[in-house]
Amino acid sequence: MEQFDLALIDWSRAQFALTAMYHWIFVPLTLGLSFIVAIMMTIYVKTGDELWKKITKFWMTLFGINFAIGVATGIILEFEFGTNWSNYSWFVGDIFGAPLAIEGIMAFFLESTFIAILFFGWGRVKPGFHLLSAWLVAIGSNLSALWILVANAWMQNPVGMQFNPDTARNEMLNFWDVLFSPTAINKFLHTISSGYVLSAVFVVGVSAWFLIKKRNVIFAKRSMVIGAVFGLLSSFYLILTGDESAREVFRTQPMKFAAMEGLYDGETNAPLVVIGLMKQLPDPQNPNLERFAFKLEIPNLLSYMAALNPNAFVPGIRDLIHGNEEHGLMSYYEKIEKGKIAIQALSEYKTALEAKDQATADENLKLFKANYAYFGYGYYDDPHSLIPHVPLTFYSFHLMVGLGMHFLILFIVILVLIFRKKIEKVRWVLYVALWTIPLAYIASQAGWIVAELGRQPWVVQDLMPTLSAVSNIDKGAVMTTFWIFAITFTVLLIAEIKIMVSQIVSQSKNEGGH
Amino acid sequence: MFENLSYLALQQYWWAIVSLLGALLVFMFFVQGGQTMIRCLGKTDNEIKMLVNSLGRKWDLTFTTLVTFGGAAFASFPLFYSTSFGGAYWVWMLILFAFIIQAVSYEYRTKKNNFLGTKTYETFLFLNGFLGTILIGTAVATFFTGSDFMVNNMNQSHWMSPWRGLELAFDFTRYATFINLSLGLGVFFLSRVLGILYFFNSIDDTTLLERAHKKLLTNAALFLVFFLFFLVNILLIDGFGYDPVTKEVSLVPYKYFNNLIEMPVNTIILLLGVIMVLLGIYRAGFHFKECGSKGIWITGLGTVLTVFALFLLVGLNNTCFYPSISDLQSSLTIENASSSKYTLVAMSYVSLLVPFVLAYIWYAWRSLNKKSITAKEMEDDTHAY
Repeated sequence: MEQFDLALIDWSRAQFALTAMYHWIFVPLTLGLSFIVAIMMTIYVKTGDELWKKITKFWMTLFGINFAIGVATGIILEFEFGTNWSNYSWFVGDIFGAPLAIEGIMAFFLESTFIAILFFGWGRVKPGFHLLSAWLVAIGSNLSALWILVANAWMQNPVGMQFNPDTARNEMLNFWDVLFSPTAINKFLHTISSGYVLSAVFVVGVSAWFLIKKRNVIFAKRSMVIGAVFGLLSSFYLILTGDESAREVFRTQPMKFAAMEGLYDGETNAPLVVIGLMKQLPDPQNPNLERFAFKLEIPNLLSYMAALNPNAFVPGIRDLIHGNEEHGLMSYYEKIEKGKIAIQALSEYKTALEAKDQATADENLKLFKANYAYFGYGYYDDPHSLIPHVPLTFYSFHLMVGLGMHFLILFIVILVLIFRKKIEKVRWVLYVALWTIPLAYIASQAGWIVAELGRQPWVVQDLMPTLSAVSNIDKGAVMTTFWIFAITFTVLLIAEIKIMVSQIVSQSKNEGGH
Repeated sequence: MFENLSYLALQQYWWAIVSLLGALLVFMFFVQGGQTMIRCLGKTDNEIKMLVNSLGRKWDLTFTTLVTFGGAAFASFPLFYSTSFGGAYWVWMLILFAFIIQAVSYEYRTKKNNFLGTKTYETFLFLNGFLGTILIGTAVATFFTGSDFMVNNMNQSHWMSPWRGLELAFDFTRYATFINLSLGLGVFFLSRVLGILYFFNSIDDTTLLERAHKKLLTNAALFLVFFLFFLVNILLIDGFGYDPVTKEVSLVPYKYFNNLIEMPVNTIILLLGVIMVLLGIYRAGFHFKECGSKGIWITGLGTVLTVFALFLLVGLNNTCFYPSISDLQSSLTIENASSSKYTLVAMSYVSLLVPFVLAYIWYAWRSLNKKSITAKEMEDDTHAY
C-alpha cells in the first residue's frame, strides 16, 4: 500500500472539505423546504385560497434558486471520490459505490423529473398531479440524502463486508447490514431532521422580517405558522436522533466521542460538560494538564447519556492511547503493532502467490486475517497521530447542541405568540428569529465538522487512514483546482444570496400578498 | 433470480447498463447542443427566452443521467472509476467545471440582482455545451485507443503522463489523438443536431424554427464527417483483446471489426441506430413541415442504439474496455475491473427499477410537453428562465 506527500493529502482534504461544506450550505434547505412547499401546496389545493398559491410560489422560487446551486456543488463531490481519492475508491468501491448508484437511479431521477413539473406545471398539468410532483420532489430529495448518508455511515462504522486479499479491497457481504446499520439509520434521521430545522428557521426568519417591515402580514403569518410547526416537530426529532447518534459514536468511535466531550482521562460517573472553555491546545502526553479554564458540568450525565447507566465508564483519549486493562481497552500502541503485521502479511501473501509458494501464502493469509481489524493503524508509528483536533471537535459539538436547543425554544415562543395574536408586537422576538437564520447554518456546518473532522485520521474507521486513500497526483494540480473551486463557489454563493435577498424584498413589496 | 447468473454474465449485464446510461446521456446532450446555439438562433430577447426555457425544462435530467452514469460506473467497475478519474485528472476536472457552471445558469440567468449578469450565465451555458460534449466524447474514444496508466498488484493505479489526461486530446504526435478528437467533435455536432430537433419538437415559433432548420444540415454534415472518421479508424486499428482463459492482454489486429463480425446482434443494433439517426435528420431536414417535430424521437432513439452498440463493441467479446498503452497487462476489462459478484447481484435487483424510472420520465415529459412553448407564454410565465 502506498503513502503520499503530506502536502498532497492536506490539499486533497482541503478541496474535499471545501466542496462538501459548500454543498452542505445548500442541501439542508432543500431537504426541508421541499416538504414545506409540498405542505403549502397541499393547503392551496385543498382550500383553493389564492393567497396559499402565492405563498407556495414564493417559497418554491427560493427553493429553486437554492436547489440549482446545491446541484452545482453536488456533482463535484461524487466525482471527487475518483479524482482525488482513487485508492479509497478501489479499497471500498465494492461497498461505497452501490449507494451512490442507487441514489442516482432511485432518488435523483425522481427529483429531477418532477421538479420540472413542480416549476412549470402550473396550468399545464392537473392540480392533483402537480401536487403529487411536489411531494415526489420532497421524497426524492430526502431519498438522495438516505443513500449518500448510508455510504458515509459505512465509512464511520464499516459493517457487512470482508477484505479480499486477492483483489486488495473490501467486498460487500450483506447489503442489508450496510443499509440498516444503526450508524446509518441514526445518521440519516439526524441529518435530515437538522435540514428540516434549518429550513424551518429560514421560513420563520424571513417571515419575521416581513413582519418587522410590516409588509405582507397575513402572507408572513401563514408562512410562519407552517415553518414554526414544522420546525417544532423536527426539533424534537432532531434532539432524539442526536441523542441516539451520540450513543452510537460512543459505541463505534470512542476517540471521536472523547474529542467531542474533551475527555482526556476516562472515568466512571463521568460528568457532562455543558459549557467549557479550553485552556490551551491539548497535550495527551502530559497527564497533569488542566484541560479547561472554565467549565460547567452536570454530574454523571455523560455516563448516563453514553451508556444509559450513570455508573458507566467513559474512556478518555489517554485510555485509548495507552489502553486500560481494567476496562478491557487495547492500547493504540498494540493496535499499531497488529496493523503493521497485517500490512506486512498482505504484502508477503501477494509475493508468495506470485512465486507460487502456496504454503507461505496460506501462512501469511492466516496472519493477515487475524490482524485485519487493526489494518489502518499499521500506517502510523505514533499513536498521538490518531487523535482528531480536540478543541475544534469539542467546540463544534457543543455549539451545535446549544444552538439546537435555541431553535427549539424559538419555535415554541413563536407559536405561543402567534396563538396569542401578539407576534407583531413582540418585536425583539422577530429580530431574534431573523438573526437565527445564520445561526442555523453555523449549527449545520458545526455538525458536519463533528462528524467528519472528528473521525480523522480515518477515512474508513480503523481500516483506511486518509493518508493512504488519496490519488497519486501532483499537489500543484490539486492546489490549482482547490482555488478554482473556491473562487467559483464563492462567486456563485454571492450570486445566490443576492438573488435570494432580491426575491424576498420583491415579495415583501408585492401588494398581492396581503 | 440474479444469484443464478454466472459472475461473467453479471459483469456483462452491468456493462450493458452502464452502456445504456452512456447512450441515454449522449441523447440527452441535446440540452448541451442547444445551449451552444442560443445566441446564433435567438435574435430577440423573447426568442432567446424561448430557447433557454425549452432546454431549461430538461437540463436537470441530463445532469442526473451524468451523475447516475458516474455512480453506476463506480458501483459496478470501481477499478475503472479509480483509474480514469484519479488518472485523467484534468480532463475530468474540466468536465466537472463545465457542469458546475451549467447548473446555476438557468435558474439565475434572468433573476434580478444576479451578480454576474445575464450574458455571463449564457456564456456558461455555451461553455458547458461546448466543453462537456467534446471532452466526454474524447474521453470515451480512449476506450478504443488506450490511455497511459499502470495498475500494481494491489490494484492501485498510476497515470504515467504528467499531463493527466490532457495528452489524450493534445498530443498530436500520436495518431490516436486525432481519433479521440474526432469522436469528441462528432458528439459535439450530434448534440447540436439533437438540440435543433428538440427545438422543432418543443417550440411553436415559425421564425425561430426556420432559422434552426437552416442550421440542421450543416451540423449534420459535420457530425457525419467526424463520426465516420472515428468509425472507420477504429475498425481498422489494432484493438485490445484478452485471452478468456489466461486473461493475458494482447494487441489484436482489426479487433473491433472482428467484434462486429462476432457479435452480429450488436452489429444490427449499430446499423439500425446509424440509419435511424440519418432518417430522423433526413425527415426533419427535407420534410420539415410534416415530420419536423418527430425528428428528435427518431434520431434520438438512433443515437441511443448507436452509442449503446459502440459501448458493447468495446466491452464485450474479450475486449479491454479501458486499455493501457503503457502496460498492456494493466488494461481494464469487465472481468478485472468489476465489483464482487455479491455487489453486482444486489445492484442488479436495484436495476429492475430502471424501466419504471424511464416510464415516469416519459409520462412527466409528455405531460409537460403537450403544449409547445410560445412567445406569449414567456411573457406570462412567472417561473420562466
